[in-house]
Amino acid sequence: MKLTLNVWRQSGPNAPGKMVRYDMPGVNEDMSFLEMLDVLNESLIVKGEEPVTFEHDCREGICGSCGFMINGKAHGGFPKTTVCQLHMRHFKDGEELFIEPWRASAFPLVKDLMVDRSAFDRIIQAGGYISVPTGSAPDGNAIPIPKSNADRAMDAAACIGCGACVASCPNASASLFTAAKVAHLNLLPQGQPEKFDRALRMVTAMNEELFGSCTNMQECEATCPKGISIENIAILNRHFVEASFSERPATAEVGAG
Amino acid sequence: MASTAVANSKLHQSLALYQTAIGKKYVVAVTGAILFFFTIGHMLGNLQIYLPNAQEALANYAKLLHASAELLWAVRLGLLSCFVLHVVTIAQLYNLNRAARPQGYVRKTPTLSTYASRTMYLSGPILFFFVLYHLSHLTLGSTHPRYVEMDPYHNLVIGFRQPLASLFYVIAMSMLGLHLTHGVWSMFQSMGLNHPKYRNLLRNFATISAAALSIGNISIPVCVLLGIIGKDLV
Repeated sequence: MKLTLNVWRQSGPNAPGKMVRYDMPGVNEDMSFLEMLDVLNESLIVKGEEPVTFEHDCREGICGSCGFMINGKAHGGFPKTTVCQLHMRHFKDGEELFIEPWRASAFPLVKDLMVDRSAFDRIIQAGGYISVPTGSAPDGNAIPIPKSNADRAMDAAACIGCGACVASCPNASASLFTAAKVAHLNLLPQGQPEKFDRALRMVTAMNEELFGSCTNMQECEATCPKGISIENIAILNRHFVEASFSERPATAEVGAG
Repeated sequence: MASTAVANSKLHQSLALYQTAIGKKYVVAVTGAILFFFTIGHMLGNLQIYLPNAQEALANYAKLLHASAELLWAVRLGLLSCFVLHVVTIAQLYNLNRAARPQGYVRKTPTLSTYASRTMYLSGPILFFFVLYHLSHLTLGSTHPRYVEMDPYHNLVIGFRQPLASLFYVIAMSMLGLHLTHGVWSMFQSMGLNHPKYRNLLRNFATISAAALSIGNISIPVCVLLGIIGKDLV
């Protein structure tokens, strides 16, 4: 099949960028989208041009490295699919595709389709952890967990941090990412000691990173490669406000401890 | 010493809450909910125009609302502060959101978002200007051709006989319907109420109440223009 690609080319963070047109004859429908870009890059290298920079690692849809906009939808907008797991058979022969990097103040562009998502790392550092005794391994079934909580926590934990939620959000909000991380740990008994601190710290970190606010439009859920529900954002909002009202300093007024 | 420190930290905490996007969304949701309940009451009051003795019924209703000046002004100031908070907070969030994506996409295709949710920044400002016009039209009477104090039936009929005024009411009330289709559902989500059990119920509640408000209010200027209401007035 034959495709026309319009790819965002930008040589560096402060360089001017523009859409560049590439004709792609002979695209195999069994290729993944990234393999199609590999073929494009090989042809660019042969011509002595700079290949298109894009992030990728596992190419199994589980690492969260890859991702860009295809025709205005994050990862192309196919249900529960990353671009590495998106196959060319989903496109029509002769189709024109627009490929752009994630756009957000919090995700500064590095080169071409690659953005710096370390803002996510700083949100995780703020509260994406639990306190556990080190040493001997705890007994597997020592802590009872309701099945529905375990399921919901697992669904939230499926987040791979690819950034599609931020990219597809009209406000470049990181609410779904932060909500998935908070809900994942706050729904489990192991996450209870830091439950409110986590909500406060992660939301504060999210605010410091220039992300926008949530307007409940559900664009994030639609393009999330793990199908994470905005129900998690409701959980985040609830826990955050509860935490804001109930927070108190750790002091021992009546001689406790 | 200790108590002032605690009081200060409480104040600091609630201000800090307002400084976060989530805290602001709570403010938007709560003020939006109050304004939503007001619009329902307001429409139910207006629908008395369909009663057989509409002129008398509306005049009595106006007298009831004006029975206590203190209470009337308490409610008015309460609604005004909700309105101002709602608008100012959204304006702040709007700026935050524009700054969060200075460079837009060449192509952007909406997926799950509704038309209503994508046009909140259009329906909102239109409603803002509508409220200003509406107050000058039927409360102050300054933009009304023949305003008569405490005779709402006369004011409605004469006011809506101007096609341009009626057109603006129809447009604004369609915008109210759109705004609430997203807004009413959205306020539950913003306040953390979302559960698969009642997700459809809340969505339907939002759509049905928005449609009812919009149609109920639009019917009045339309009926006046069609001559169904106000045959008795020259």
